[in-house]
Amino acid sequence: MISNALQTTLTAEEMQYARNLLGREPTHLEWAMIDAEWSEHCSYKSSKPIISQLPSTGSRVVLGPGYDSGVIDIGNDYVLTLHIESHNHPSAIDPYGGAATGIGGVVRDILCMGTTPIGFLDSLRFGDIKSSDHSKWLLKNVIRGIADYGNCIGVPTIAGEIEFDECFERNCLVDVVCIGVGRKDELLLAEATNAGDSIYLIGGTTGRDGIHGATFASRTLAADADRERSAVQIPDPFTKKLIIEATLEANRRGLLRGCKDLGGGGLSTGLSEIADKGHTGIDVFLDLIPVREPDMTSTEVMISESQERMLLVAKKGCESALRTIMDQYGVSYARIGEVTSTETIKIKRADETLAALPTQFLANAPIINRKANPPTSPRSFGSIPPPDTRKTILELLASPTIASKEWVYSQYDHEVGIRTIGKPGAADAAILALPNGKFAAVKVDGNSKVCHLDPYIGAASVLAECCRNVTAVGAEPAAFLDHCQFGDPNDPDIFGAFSLTVKGLADFAKTINVPCVGGKVSFYNEDAITNRAIKSTPVITVLGLIEKTEHITTMSFKQQGESIIAVGSTKAEFSGSEYFNLLHLDGGHPPQLHFDLEVRTQRTILELIRKGAVKACHDCSNGGLAVALSEMAIKGEIGAEIDLRHLSSSSRDDELLFSESNSRFILTTETPRAVLQHLTDNHIPGVELGKVTGHELNLVLPNHTIRLDLEVLQDAYCTSLGRILEPWQK
Amino acid sequence: MRIAVVQFPGSNCDRDTVHVLSNVLGLDARLIWHRDFEDDSFDAAVLPGGFSFGDHLRAGAIAAHSVAMRTIRKMADQRKPILGICNGFQILIEAGLLPGALLRNSCLRFVCKWTTLQVENPDTPFTCALEKNSKVRMPIAHNEGRFFADAKSLNSLRDSGQIIMRYSNENPTGTTEEIVSVSNWNRNVVGMMPHPERASSPLLGGDDGLKVFKSMMEWTP
Repeated sequence: MISNALQTTLTAEEMQYARNLLGREPTHLEWAMIDAEWSEHCSYKSSKPIISQLPSTGSRVVLGPGYDSGVIDIGNDYVLTLHIESHNHPSAIDPYGGAATGIGGVVRDILCMGTTPIGFLDSLRFGDIKSSDHSKWLLKNVIRGIADYGNCIGVPTIAGEIEFDECFERNCLVDVVCIGVGRKDELLLAEATNAGDSIYLIGGTTGRDGIHGATFASRTLAADADRERSAVQIPDPFTKKLIIEATLEANRRGLLRGCKDLGGGGLSTGLSEIADKGHTGIDVFLDLIPVREPDMTSTEVMISESQERMLLVAKKGCESALRTIMDQYGVSYARIGEVTSTETIKIKRADETLAALPTQFLANAPIINRKANPPTSPRSFGSIPPPDTRKTILELLASPTIASKEWVYSQYDHEVGIRTIGKPGAADAAILALPNGKFAAVKVDGNSKVCHLDPYIGAASVLAECCRNVTAVGAEPAAFLDHCQFGDPNDPDIFGAFSLTVKGLADFAKTINVPCVGGKVSFYNEDAITNRAIKSTPVITVLGLIEKTEHITTMSFKQQGESIIAVGSTKAEFSGSEYFNLLHLDGGHPPQLHFDLEVRTQRTILELIRKGAVKACHDCSNGGLAVALSEMAIKGEIGAEIDLRHLSSSSRDDELLFSESNSRFILTTETPRAVLQHLTDNHIPGVELGKVTGHELNLVLPNHTIRLDLEVLQDAYCTSLGRILEPWQK
Repeated sequence: MRIAVVQFPGSNCDRDTVHVLSNVLGLDARLIWHRDFEDDSFDAAVLPGGFSFGDHLRAGAIAAHSVAMRTIRKMADQRKPILGICNGFQILIEAGLLPGALLRNSCLRFVCKWTTLQVENPDTPFTCALEKNSKVRMPIAHNEGRFFADAKSLNSLRDSGQIIMRYSNENPTGTTEEIVSVSNWNRNVVGMMPHPERASSPLLGGDDGLKVFKSMMEWTP
């Protein structure tokens, strides 16, 4: 919604506020800078008051929200950094470029902390790829974009998830997470604290791509969004790779005071943020900025979001050493400004000052308190038809959301860096070896179907499940990132759902005592073609730490004769489940989440793993027990004899198989009695279901018995996605 | 044993390779920037994987013209062991030090997965610690790894023992005759698409790759 001749998205009130504070009419360039910096995308002006309730402190937290990345102390003088970015709007119109520059953007957030990027995760959402060629096209090109960029810069993409739902048909969600590692004493901040330091712009030239990218992301997609391709940046991973090497080397040599990623809002935003954090000002010499086209206006130069650029704050006297490093790697650079004590951002061309805005004014948009409606109670889902359980199991395994994502992750180099201990698909979370002998477990997850029914329980459940995933591999959850994705925040129903989502996350995070170290909010995920907003989609990333090699646990059945134990209670909870999705049933209340029981269950599982009592462990979620057991059998290439009549008093086969009740794990052990006793001692339900054996999954149910050959399970689970996306391949 | 690991702009597996050679196998491996690689007194050289020069033009095409290749050529002439891994293999082919061509995978996708390989010729500095026809597991990760040579050249490669490894019971990239590794006539220059440095510990999924480097340590021409 372009609101005036200046092409800003600022409201009349915001413009008046700016005039009052400044005491004059801003220049054209100043308006453009204010517009970019005060966009929802850069300023969080709607979400700040809400997200501030997330707990963000803890003994391991070095830096929490408000920096380019969250920073976690992992001991032995090492830190991990983590950050999430989305590139939803750009990917909706240019999936390859949008996704690639999303990866390119998040890696800069890790790099500018002075840490080495060591892993990506991707969390993707599309429409129904079975029926929509558009969604198929989006998915293929998003994945190729991530693969080409990540592979080229040598950072492995180690885990991810994909959800399919009609609401993402025109608004795909493309979220990427990056993890970095570094030495604590080499951490860099995005702060220009010392007057006299030099500002270097390194990497690519500034062009007309990505103009108004931040404001583009801060409104809904227009029907003719294709015309906004100029708001999408152009990826160049090779230049990024050189920037990574050169920046890390300059930092190791102690030449840098600070570093800033140039993302949304371009130079204007980057400069005002480093000056604001450092309580300084910056004089920018516009003529010294290398531009791609000679006739670019000052406004275009200042707000361009051209990729592969970084701002380096070079310590006074270190300029020539910095230039030597840039020359070695062939990275272009220009000294474009100087840190001053004026607390003003001045943009100069020749002798003329084109803009002079107080740093604090520019970097701090006025907060908007938006109206939030309470949620409406969900409608009933109607009645469940009598199940054909065998067929349903195979259909669930082959459904795109559940099916093996090997077609996707085999396109990602997930091995480079030789840190990937837990490969994609092998365990509930990816596992990376760390330089101090420990291991990081990371998982990204979302579930729009459950969040749509109840944003509070939905969000808390996503965070709980993500922690459960990390626990299942033997890690203790250490920190999380949230990424809240919604429609237009001007809609009080949507803003109400957003507020409840954050409250759900905050309440569960406080109970489990895991801090939020960063995140993102992405509004305006709706479009003028379908006139629909996406379902509430908080995407959560949890990072956990594994202390010892022996604690690493994967989901595959390991050996014939192991006992299989189901942990937690299975109830008739189907709303938001994959089972209901298959039956096209929508509505009802999502599975309950008892915060204390969830936390107690996770801690008990971790104790059992640390005692060495657990051979395989898998969280029981999408698709219920049927899918969880099938996955454990498929990955281990061993079958099992299972009697589900022990699980509960229910006589419904579908409840036992497909319920998505929270707080459940399946584990295997050689010491079932000791494990069950430990569960009982902690007041956690646990039942021995059977044994790992043979070459088929044999499920005894109240009403009948299902026998499924491993080959049949494998065929449904492993080949489904490839068959949908490349039906011509064998 | 002093080994040069040549680093091009865009190399990705350079540090992984140096780590395995020095910290796992205890060799004296040096990371050398391509423009500074003039010293041919090293005992062996490795061209690591990655995307040298962003794979612009063609994978390996620009690196093949780097000054570093002059030194590599000299060492090759001195019959010293030279190994090209993945992008390194592509560079050696582009430089004319190895026969054939590497085309885009037949599935038209990048493929990253663990594969089983069969050793065809153990008489090279990178396979002498392995038995003929033995199976080893190593991961691949590339877009252009479909080896191609015309029928006449293939015959001659077979006859002269220059086919060093093949996929065993799989062919994820559609490569000719399952070929994943070839050598030059003298068999001191070897290129391979799989990554031995990634198969360097049981935790990573296997350590068969170490035998490739151990061969280099045991090799007597």
